[in-house]
Amino acid sequence: MEKKLRSRVLFIAVVVVVSILGIIGLPKNFTQLKDNVRDRIRLGLDLKGGTHLVLQVQVEDAVNITSDQALERFRDELKVKNIPYADIQKTDSTHILIKGIPQEKSADVQTLASEQFSDWDLVRVPGDATARVLALKVSAAQTIRNQALLQSMNTIRNRIDQLGVTEPTIAEYGQGEYELVVQLPGVDDPTRVKDIMQNTAMLALKLVQDGPFPTREAALAAHGGVLPPDTELVAGKSESSREGSSSEAWYVLNKVAAVTGRDLSGAEPSHDINGRPSVNFTLTRDGAARFSRVTAANVGKQLAIVLDNRVVSAPVIQSQISDRGEITGQFTPQQAQDLALVLRSGALPASIKYLSESTVGPSLGADSIRHGVIASIVGLVAVMTFMLIYYRGAGINADLALVLNLIILIAALAYFSAVLTLPGIAGVILTVGMGVDSNVLIFERIREELRNGKAVGAAVAGGFEHAFVTIIDTHVTTVASAAILFTFGTGPIRGFAVTLVIGLIANLFTSVFVSRTIFEYVLSKRKPGEALSI
Amino acid sequence: MELFHQPNINWMGKKWLFIGLSLALALAGLISIAVHRGLVYGIDFRGGTLVYVKFAQAPDLDKIRRALDAQGLRNVTLQRYGAASDHEVIIGLDLQTTAATDALDKGKRDILNGLAAIYGVGPAGKVDFNNASPQTVADHLLATDPLHQSSLGPDVANKTYKDLAEALVSYRNTPPRSGLIADFQELRSVPNVTPAVLSSLTNDFYLSTYAVRNTEIVGPKVGGDLRRQALYVTLAGLGAMLLYIWFRFELIYGVAAVVATFHDVIITLGFFSLLNKEITLTVIAALLTLVGYSMNDTIVVFDRIRENVKLNRRENFVDLVNRSINQTLSRTILTSGLTFIAVLALFLFGGEVIHGFAFALVVGVIIGTYSSIFIASPIVVFFQQRAGRGRVGEKPKVLEREPASARR
Repeated sequence: MEKKLRSRVLFIAVVVVVSILGIIGLPKNFTQLKDNVRDRIRLGLDLKGGTHLVLQVQVEDAVNITSDQALERFRDELKVKNIPYADIQKTDSTHILIKGIPQEKSADVQTLASEQFSDWDLVRVPGDATARVLALKVSAAQTIRNQALLQSMNTIRNRIDQLGVTEPTIAEYGQGEYELVVQLPGVDDPTRVKDIMQNTAMLALKLVQDGPFPTREAALAAHGGVLPPDTELVAGKSESSREGSSSEAWYVLNKVAAVTGRDLSGAEPSHDINGRPSVNFTLTRDGAARFSRVTAANVGKQLAIVLDNRVVSAPVIQSQISDRGEITGQFTPQQAQDLALVLRSGALPASIKYLSESTVGPSLGADSIRHGVIASIVGLVAVMTFMLIYYRGAGINADLALVLNLIILIAALAYFSAVLTLPGIAGVILTVGMGVDSNVLIFERIREELRNGKAVGAAVAGGFEHAFVTIIDTHVTTVASAAILFTFGTGPIRGFAVTLVIGLIANLFTSVFVSRTIFEYVLSKRKPGEALSI
Repeated sequence: MELFHQPNINWMGKKWLFIGLSLALALAGLISIAVHRGLVYGIDFRGGTLVYVKFAQAPDLDKIRRALDAQGLRNVTLQRYGAASDHEVIIGLDLQTTAATDALDKGKRDILNGLAAIYGVGPAGKVDFNNASPQTVADHLLATDPLHQSSLGPDVANKTYKDLAEALVSYRNTPPRSGLIADFQELRSVPNVTPAVLSSLTNDFYLSTYAVRNTEIVGPKVGGDLRRQALYVTLAGLGAMLLYIWFRFELIYGVAAVVATFHDVIITLGFFSLLNKEITLTVIAALLTLVGYSMNDTIVVFDRIRENVKLNRRENFVDLVNRSINQTLSRTILTSGLTFIAVLALFLFGGEVIHGFAFALVVGVIIGTYSSIFIASPIVVFFQQRAGRGRVGEKPKVLEREPASARR
């Protein structure tokens, strides 16, 4: 018995030492101790200040780009294979309608589709024997969407890293709606970061069919009110206009881009031949192949550089270009640098839309920490005092268990690098209140057993045994509700769920194992016939 | 010390009184919710823009309203919060105020512009010290190097200015300043601040008379999604509890516990509606905690009923339940009392941010304790009396309970 008790005490001592080391490390002096604690206890955004953004990746953009390119390719192939058709157009992001295919060529179209468009299904149109619909396979569309999400995540991470934000988190959020949550500690004015994350979302190089026109109406009028098929009107700043003036220029562009941001392999800020800030880019092998084909076929024509659906510049193609190019426009050096940064960090495959934004200023976080600490200390002291008065000797036992419970909880937060939030501090306080419940259950039970005339040793043993079943049941329900909470919440709420769960699990150890050991120690020192202080 | 010495209270005899009280409370809450046309949702569910601002002097709300009006912001809500001496105001915008096509943060930028228009923008090129982060301050100090650290190498200089900036900002954030200083001279008491540091700060920064402490913007989609999720998660919580108690006890115990807990959630929500408090995300977290707590409390009583049933099969079930409640009464009162003390500390000292959360728990702990005795237990008694003899369940011992007199 003595030996068993000694090994139990030893085990508890090890837990205490490991926990305390986890919180404070091995500090040489007080300042280092403070630093260690600050390093080990990671604070949530609501306590240290920072910005929390939820954004949605508009993945349908990526699908649209794919189907635009497929349409272009399909039209080229029809031409190459000498298959006549009346009309080809996109009906939505995943469907291309081809009309007027002669009966005798329908087999050729089928072969073309199945051989070269493996991601697509060619289906008949009810009521029109000459029409076919090219439909993007659901699985293929899904892959594009998922990739767009993943790539956006990486891109955003790269950009934030390059901006030097410390310890950002970027994670998927919600269920299957392509949402991301981005946390930026210490960023209390998110405007610039948001701009960088979103600003140069889409780069496209498109052939100019006509323009520039001074107004939208002028552009339309030049084409008799109707744009040529597969072209679009895009606005930009007029090339000739002086800096600062805002005269608009409208271009009629090919809808389908020659290359897009996806084809870029690198970008650097530079200067053009006139010494103005510009950005040099290089293309991937695929992109370069396509780019050289387009530029070779269109020497002398203008190529518009479209950023976020605005024409930045529209230089004339002097000769075939393969894998590198230069973006000029009226950039300031800072703008050229930011543009190179975002292009280099990987262009976004789809635009993003901000859904929510919250910023906690540093002073509010500091206030919250102070409030949380005060509330915890008041709660802890009140509960501990009450236990001492109510249970006297056993109260010391409960208070020791409670303090150890908190130490283990904080150490676990440090070891798991869990994040402490304001609701998390509330979880700590709740652990104090609910954790002491286990001790109350046990002590009340022991008192009952004593009242029923049991000997002290038997009463203690009986009290622990009976209360244990109840403690397990009550802990399971609370841990279950906290676990559900964890799946539901983000940030602060998760912090709450985590502290509550860890606190209650630690409580099982402290209230049952540690308290029992203390009782047994007290019993072993007790003179025969002496009453138990409870 | 003992609160109750072997109490012998006929709880079940008073059940109608308390069931009546519960119904009255629940009804009051539901009527209030109906009158208010639903619960008052916080911004995280409702969507919109909130900007928390602290002013150096008592703010003139009319003046602020006019300034925001000039920015084209209608239906702005201005609400003071915290202690009056803190001069803190929440500026709120509905989703409707901004068009769907506007950028998400348009409302926020308009509010900040409006505030800047009346409380002044700083001199060109200067940064507002009262709204600056430690990083910004450190960067400026590093650039001007008032302590001549550059000769000691970049690492030393970085560390020195980072520490200094943190000390400065933390001094600014500590009450009674709470984020606002009126004069750079106030910073003299911060360690390592020399006149050179002060003049460097004065050159690079200015001091505004207001500080934006917190901003929240929630778009329409997030709010709607969250409302749905909050409902599902609360129901999932209750469902999980039902399953667990069914597994550990019996179905009727699970049903009774869930009804009692649902009762707690409804009444707590009713209190929120009656007091016109907002339901925020953290309040939902508190409600779920309350679900766990109330279950916890109910289980302690049920556990004792189960134990007593095993020990004493012949006892009248109503007496047995009364006895079980009496036996666990000290524990019930002690635990809820202690938990109540803990959450009360949170409510009183936890600050504005967590007020709703703490309020839900303060109400919930009381209701959750009460419902274990007056709602959950009567349901089990009622069912056992109705079920009568002869029903065979997984644990027939428990279900056999019925008035002993009827058996003879």
